[in-house]
Order: sequence, then structure tokens, then C-alpha cells
Amino acid sequence: MTVFLQATFEGLSLGAIYSLVAIGFVLIYKATDVLSFAQPALAVVGAGIISGLAVDRGVPFWLALIIGIVFTGLIGLLVERTFLRPMVGEPVFSVAILTIGIDILLRTILNKWIGIDPRYLGDPFPSFGNFGSFDVSGVTLKYLEIAALITALVLIGILGVFFKRSKYGIAMRATSFDQEAALAQGINVGRVFGLVWLIAGILAGFSGFFITGGFNTLTQASFISALRALPAVVIGGLDSIAGAVVGSLIIGLTQGYIAYYQLPLESIVGFTLGSGFSLIAPYLVMFIILLIKPDGLFGTKEVERV
Amino acid sequence: MSNVISFNDVSLRFGGVQALKNVSFEIEENSLFAIIGPNGAGKTSILNCINGIYKPTSGSINIFDQDSKDLHPDNIANLGVSRTFQNIELFENMTALDNILIGAHRHVDYGPVRSLLFSKKVRQEEEKARKISEDVIDFLEIEEYRYSYILSLPYGIQKRIELARALAMQPKVLLLDEPAAGMNNEETEDIARFILDVHEELGITVVLIDHDMNMVMDIATDVVVMDFGEKLFQGDPQEAAKNQKVIDAYLGVG
Repeated sequence: MTVFLQATFEGLSLGAIYSLVAIGFVLIYKATDVLSFAQPALAVVGAGIISGLAVDRGVPFWLALIIGIVFTGLIGLLVERTFLRPMVGEPVFSVAILTIGIDILLRTILNKWIGIDPRYLGDPFPSFGNFGSFDVSGVTLKYLEIAALITALVLIGILGVFFKRSKYGIAMRATSFDQEAALAQGINVGRVFGLVWLIAGILAGFSGFFITGGFNTLTQASFISALRALPAVVIGGLDSIAGAVVGSLIIGLTQGYIAYYQLPLESIVGFTLGSGFSLIAPYLVMFIILLIKPDGLFGTKEVERV
Repeated sequence: MSNVISFNDVSLRFGGVQALKNVSFEIEENSLFAIIGPNGAGKTSILNCINGIYKPTSGSINIFDQDSKDLHPDNIANLGVSRTFQNIELFENMTALDNILIGAHRHVDYGPVRSLLFSKKVRQEEEKARKISEDVIDFLEIEEYRYSYILSLPYGIQKRIELARALAMQPKVLLLDEPAAGMNNEETEDIARFILDVHEELGITVVLIDHDMNMVMDIATDVVVMDFGEKLFQGDPQEAAKNQKVIDAYLGVG
């Protein structure tokens, strides 16, 4: 039971982190019809900025955290303004490929800076040592994981109200449905796109911190963790924020349970699955769900008029 | 009376198709200005030029004495020009109320950061938008459809909600692209009544495109007749009906 609770807790916290990247994916997809592959790169760039400031430059941790997250949002805004705005009206496929280019560009610059040794992101409570943890009847709860859960909950709550009630949220929903009609209502579509990328960048910044913070460290391979938000949004159905959150939790829990229950699982299937199986399990889950529901769990069914 | 919109020698060309050919006219403030003509005459092109979706190939369009050359459609909307579309362009994934709120949001002022916090100012401004929307809902008698999703509503009601969205912008000029298209006689009369109310009670300049000659003759104060991208006639609706060129264009020359 303790093992189960431990796996559940770690899975939920992972899922919360993935959901932040995943919501960014969904926002951009909803507003612009483009699946942006640059989100994982934005997440690690944010982590890189935090690490560079907090560890290399000795900037106080909290200040570095805020600067890093805000800066990641601004990079998102910049990417939209410089690379994507000229592509408005071009085939979605070309724009998606362009975002892969942006992903490679950002990561190449970052990887050169990261180098071979893992980078740390600093610790707000040095006395605990790597953020510390505490035990509740045998289950170890890391502060970093608790912080990830709370942050994700708060951000998702705020964004929920933002989309449902504020004029910007309603304008975003309108723009995603029909740009021309949105223009006729006086909505500045360019500004809506910019705002979407800014929010997606900020969310990526948050997730970048939680993915690479504490013991996890920032390495050249960190972006692969952020990329796991992709199967999450595919499971959720690309255009649903609720779907992104549910998909992320499924992915996080899968990873958590497999990490703790791989041995019993191997004895059931009868062969070894190899180390690191928990990292590819999310993709297997994605395949299985897509076989059953090709539009994802919450996705809008594509209706073709004949 | 002053002109709200003026076309000065406007031509619009798509490749080999000449949609508008040296068209000039003025729309006076507080008029109910009708544009009629056979299919493909360039009526909708005129509306699309006013609202900035198309830019004229040559000539100029002035909106409230401002050259519209450098204005985006959203700038023009914010000058106080709202419109409906020939084939309803509502945001089908949202409720009727949300659609109408989008129109009202032109009058709402707060920044994105504030809206993330949903501060007092945001709530006050959103209440203002809701008030504007409710007034329009009341005016067009669509109370019962407020929370319905657009997809679930019948065509005639969708048309009325599109009109509501345009009115919620509290425009100075309202462009209506075939508001009575696809409607039965009763619905056409309803729409004609609403258009007259908009024009007379709210004092909005209305630019109306329609095929229904009877309706246009009944309610319009000014009419422009288009044929193959050219202006055939401008003036009093009653005289248009007697004009030989207009009759030829509509009935064909034997």
C-alpha cells in the first residue's frame, strides 16, 4: 500500500508538470491550428535561464525563478512575432515543421551552454538540501513535487476562469473558430496569437523548472521529459484543455506505476522490459488509446461533409 | 448631413475577375442605404471593402473621413463599423451570450494581466459588457436562447443572434449582408421590423444588401443598384424601380 501511494503521488506530481506543457500545446493548437513542437525547448530554455542566474551568477533563487519564467514567456512571444506571424495563412504542415526548426535552434544554443555536466537550478531552502522532503506513514513527499502539484492546480484554476470569463479568453476562443469573423468584431487577431504564445511560454517556464529542479538537474536530455507532454495532449485530444490535464495525469501515473511495479509486471508478461521502460510506457499508452479513440479522449470529432 | 462612408472611384480585381469597376458613392449619416443587384454584381465585395477584408486595387474608401487604406479589419470595427455575413459566421463552439459578449467587449477596458487575477475592475467591466449584451438581447427578443450553443439553434434565430452580436458593438454603421436570405415571409417581416427599429430607434446608419426588392423598396432611404461590378443607379428607391437600366439588369434584355 505504501508503495502504491508513493507511486500515485509521484505520478500525480509528474502529471501536473506535464499538464503545464500540455496546456501550452493545446492553447497554441486551438488558437492557430498548429501543433508547436517548440514547447519542450522553451521549457528547458527557461530552466537554463534560472540555472544560469541562480547558480552561475548568484542571483537570489526566487528572483532568478521569476526572471526565468517571465523571460521564457517573452521568448515565446518573440518566436510568434518573428517566425510565425509571417506564416499566417500558410499550410499548417509548414508551420509545424517550422516549430521543429525553432525547437532545434533553441536546444542547440542551450546545449552548447549546458555542456557535459548536469546543471543545478539552485535551492530556495539550502538547509533542507535539494528542497527536502518529509514522510507521511512511510510515503516520502518531496517539497518540489508538492510545489509542482499546487502550482499546476493554481495555474489551471486561473486559466480556467480566464478562458471562460475574461474578454481575452473569449476572444481566443472566437479567434480559434473563425479568424475573419473575429476581425469583424474588432478583435486584434495578431495580439491574440501573441498572448497565446506568451501564456504558453510562461507555462513552459514553470514546467521547465519543475522538470529540472532539485535532484533532477538540467542536462542535454532534459527536454525529453518535457516532450512527454506530447503523448499527453494526443491522448487528451489536442483541442481540449481538460483533455490535456487528464492526458497528462494518465501519462504521469503510468510512468509512476511502471517505475515502482516493473518487476511484478515482468513476472506477468514473462520477459524483462529493460531499464527505463517507465519512460517509454507513456507512448505505449498513447498507441493503445489512439487505437480505441482516434480523436483522443476529449478531442472534437472531425466531421467531413461530403 | 455628413457622409460616413464614401467610395471614390473604387476598383477591385481578383486576377482576371473585375469585381468592382470605378465605383463611387457616398453613404449619408442616418440613412438606410440599400445595395441591390443580381448575383455576382459586386454587392458583397462592397461590404468587404468597407470592412477592410478586401483592399481596393485602385481608388480609395473613406470611413468617417479617414482613408481606410492602412486600416485592418479590426481597426475599422473599432471605428464603429460592425457587420453580419451572408452565410452566418457565428462562433458555433460558443453560446449565444458569449457570441454577443464578444461584440460588447469593444467597450470593455482592462489588461491581460489584470484579467488573469480577475480583479474588481475586471468584474465591473465584464458586468458592463453583460449589461450591453442584455440590452441587445432584450431589443431583439432572443432571451430564451441566451445559453444555447449556436449549433443547436435554427437558422432564423442564428441570423438574429448574428445581428445581436453586431449591435452589441454599439456601432455607428451597421453592414447587413442579406439579412433576409433563406427566410420565409414571416421571418423576413420580422427582420425588416428589426432593421427599421435599429435605424430609427438607435439612430444607426444601416447599409443593407438584399435580393428582396419589395423589402428594400419598403424600408430603404437610398439605393445603389449594381450590375457586373458597375454602379447602374443611385438614388431614391421608388425611382430605381422605374429606371429602365435597372429593369433590364434584373429582368434581362430581350
